[in-house]
Amino acid sequence: MLLTQEEEKGLSGEYGEALAAAYRILVAIGEATNAEKLVPIKWAHVSGVNYNTIGDSGLEFLKKISIDGRVGVTTSLNPMGFDRDHKPELSAEFIEKQYEIIQAYNKMGITPTFSCIPYEIISLPDEDTQVSLAESSAAVLANSHLNLKTNKESALSALASAITGKSPYSDLRIEENRNPKIEIVNELELDSELDYGLLGYFTGKNIQKSCAGFCNVSNRSGIWNLKSLASGIGTSGSCGMFQLKKSDDSVEKINYGQPEMKETRDELNTAEDGQVITFGSPQLGMEELCKIQTMLQNKKFTRPCKVFCPRTVYCKAKKLGLIESLQRSGISFISDACTCLTPLITRKNFDSIITNSVKASYYMKTSNKISVALMSLKSIIKKYTE
Amino acid sequence: MKLTCKRIVRGKARGSVLLLNEPLNFLGMVNTKTGEISISKDSQERDHLRDKILVFPNSIGSSVGAYTIFSLKCNTNSPKGIICTNKADITTASGCAISNIPLALIDSDNYNRLIEFINDNSFCRNEIEIQMDTESEIISIDLKKSL
Repeated sequence: MLLTQEEEKGLSGEYGEALAAAYRILVAIGEATNAEKLVPIKWAHVSGVNYNTIGDSGLEFLKKISIDGRVGVTTSLNPMGFDRDHKPELSAEFIEKQYEIIQAYNKMGITPTFSCIPYEIISLPDEDTQVSLAESSAAVLANSHLNLKTNKESALSALASAITGKSPYSDLRIEENRNPKIEIVNELELDSELDYGLLGYFTGKNIQKSCAGFCNVSNRSGIWNLKSLASGIGTSGSCGMFQLKKSDDSVEKINYGQPEMKETRDELNTAEDGQVITFGSPQLGMEELCKIQTMLQNKKFTRPCKVFCPRTVYCKAKKLGLIESLQRSGISFISDACTCLTPLITRKNFDSIITNSVKASYYMKTSNKISVALMSLKSIIKKYTE
Repeated sequence: MKLTCKRIVRGKARGSVLLLNEPLNFLGMVNTKTGEISISKDSQERDHLRDKILVFPNSIGSSVGAYTIFSLKCNTNSPKGIICTNKADITTASGCAISNIPLALIDSDNYNRLIEFINDNSFCRNEIEIQMDTESEIISIDLKKSL
């Protein structure tokens, strides 16, 4: 990858250690993805915030890079470990270290959005703009639905791009690579957000290419369905984009029918029942909160139900009276955090959970070691309300 | 036997081979405190990353996997070097870059030769050792006694 004179100076440490570290990361990625140059980006979204996921070594790295590292573009931030407004039942050490992580990001000039759905809470750049999004579900959705251009970035590559304002020009950043070279031919009626999530998980697992096409999937799918599809793809694979399109005879095809859906579901569904219901991985936005309220029809949950959403969504919903209404139905809200790898749901307090999210299911099983009853929102409301 | 590779992160490393046929989600599948990998829930067998040369297709899933690689390094549980056989993905590349773990990519011809060597020596699999030199873009694979 060719660097400009200024970029070479940055890499050599002339402008400080943080910028040099950032360029070292970008150069490695440039080599890995055969980039010829770096291009400017206008928005970065950084993951690696929850102390549960990055630990002490991550904290030390952030402390060091934040000594002289400052972001050069608008940068949003993924969820942290708990809700700042509700004192969590976590160790004092966890809480202290979580705040140290936040302090490091603040020092670098990153906006503390604590959200994995930044596209629903900040004003977006124009279409076709190069951005750098680390949260896997957000990267897939941005490429596929928001017409922005990003690779499926890592926590560190997005941070490096935030600091330098640049990213290697490769893969999905190049227009010609954004056409599907392989298609999933859907043979099923996709009835729920869970069906979309399962299709996404299957796709990520079975497609190695950067961009996947979907045939027979409605291009009028709602945002909850699209978020489920994107997060399923992001969880199980390396694919960073999808297109809902008509079949193209010239590309390879994989069929997705009942056996494939059943196999995917059997992998992720590890319990028949659960002690707590969780919604929000990715976090829920206004549209989904409204949908839950409509479907509840004033009924109450018979199990504890936790909803994870960004603080901005929570505040907006509160003004509209939506939060109060949902709380009357037995829902409790957790802002700033996400179901995925939350330290609030562990083996110490739960053996099993109920959720409609394939992403939550995957990480609850693999990281939190908790069994999951995977059901659609409609099925959960039918079975667990009265 | 010598193989050619593409340099992603500079460095030299030497260790026993740990060959994985499936991609890894570092965040969900790796324990940074022990260096253990769990590929599937049915598998009772646990592979360890520590001091190995990890040969695997590529990483998948979480963007935070880059920090997992860094944590492994800080906890002295990391592989000494990593060779990607399908693609050198952004998560692995950035994690190795800040952890100073040499990282290389090999093409399908060199991968097939590597697999052939491992299969031919399957009776003494634990004796297989890899030396990586990504400066010169050469990977040597041999049995320990002959190195």
